[in-house]
Amino acid sequence: MNPFLNNIKRAALGLSLLGLAFQVSAQTRVDDAWVRATVPNQSASGAFMTVTADSDSKLLSVASPVAKDVQIHEMTMKNDVMSMGPVNSVDLPAGKAVKFDPNGYHVMLMGLNGQLKEGDSVPLTLTVENAKGEKQAIEVQAPVRSLTNMEGHDHSKMH
Amino acid sequence: MTALLTRRKVLAGMGVLGLGLLAGCDTRGQLSYKYGKDLSDKILGRTFKLKDTEGNTVTLSSFRGLMPMIFFGFTQCPAVCPTTLARAAKIKKLLGKDGDILQVVFITLDPERDTPEILDAYVKTFDPSFVALYGTLEETKATAKEFDVFYEKVPAGDTYTLSHTSTSYVYDTRGNLRVGLSQSLSAQECTEDLQTVMEVC
Repeated sequence: MNPFLNNIKRAALGLSLLGLAFQVSAQTRVDDAWVRATVPNQSASGAFMTVTADSDSKLLSVASPVAKDVQIHEMTMKNDVMSMGPVNSVDLPAGKAVKFDPNGYHVMLMGLNGQLKEGDSVPLTLTVENAKGEKQAIEVQAPVRSLTNMEGHDHSKMH
Repeated sequence: MTALLTRRKVLAGMGVLGLGLLAGCDTRGQLSYKYGKDLSDKILGRTFKLKDTEGNTVTLSSFRGLMPMIFFGFTQCPAVCPTTLARAAKIKKLLGKDGDILQVVFITLDPERDTPEILDAYVKTFDPSFVALYGTLEETKATAKEFDVFYEKVPAGDTYTLSHTSTSYVYDTRGNLRVGLSQSLSAQECTEDLQTVMEVC
């Protein structure tokens, strides 16, 4: 066999495997993404969603053209004090639906370029990294929901 | 004769009712709440002086005859503030006719960014009757201290966010502090506790 041809075959196989690997890693799912509407001149808002990765991964960052700065924040409650602050990344354990909702992690859109109105759609790009260090970009269109909706409050509790 | 009796009955009824109201309002006694925290032994919010979004000076006594429910927050708050205000709007609806005396008051902890225009548009999105108050940084600090409300700026990139106490403070119609409602309570739970306050005052 022609060693040169063999090499090409190998390379092609390698490439197709790589492609397959990429396909497999691209299994992070984003569900129910939405953004809270703002009033005029309000400079920040929150984006919420459920992210499920099929292998242990991390959400590294989120980007959006509607805001100058997009950060991942974590909200915690202790003695009725709400504590808020940025986090570097969020673990996405394999198969676990990680909620980004008003009760915990959420995406902060800071330095908004304009008012977000109910019915608008906000593009979000999530950067997820798997355990092998492979990065993947996921594009999401998040609808803008009313400022007054109580998603993640009464829904989260049983009464 | 019948008319006279009726009038007497009405007068007597009014007297009893009046006594009942006085007794309820004048004793700063504890009430038993199913969900909220009785705060009748605390003295909070007696001397704050802030401005509403039209520039009027507002103190606690500005709400005499109404039942103020005071909540601290900031409009860039993504979660707790809008859900608490949405809950307040729902409580007002659940109270039905009695909801007319509930005065929801939002005090900003972020007067640097929350201009009167933003505040006004923000609270009125939840209910047109809601009032937003603001002060200078010093006034804000003094008001929070008076309510024993904790808040602090948290750096976030080249800007900041806020951590803060998320309790709603409810006064009766005479300006007596009554109950603290935790952020985690549902609109229905809050409504039941507010009805307990309304029974006496």
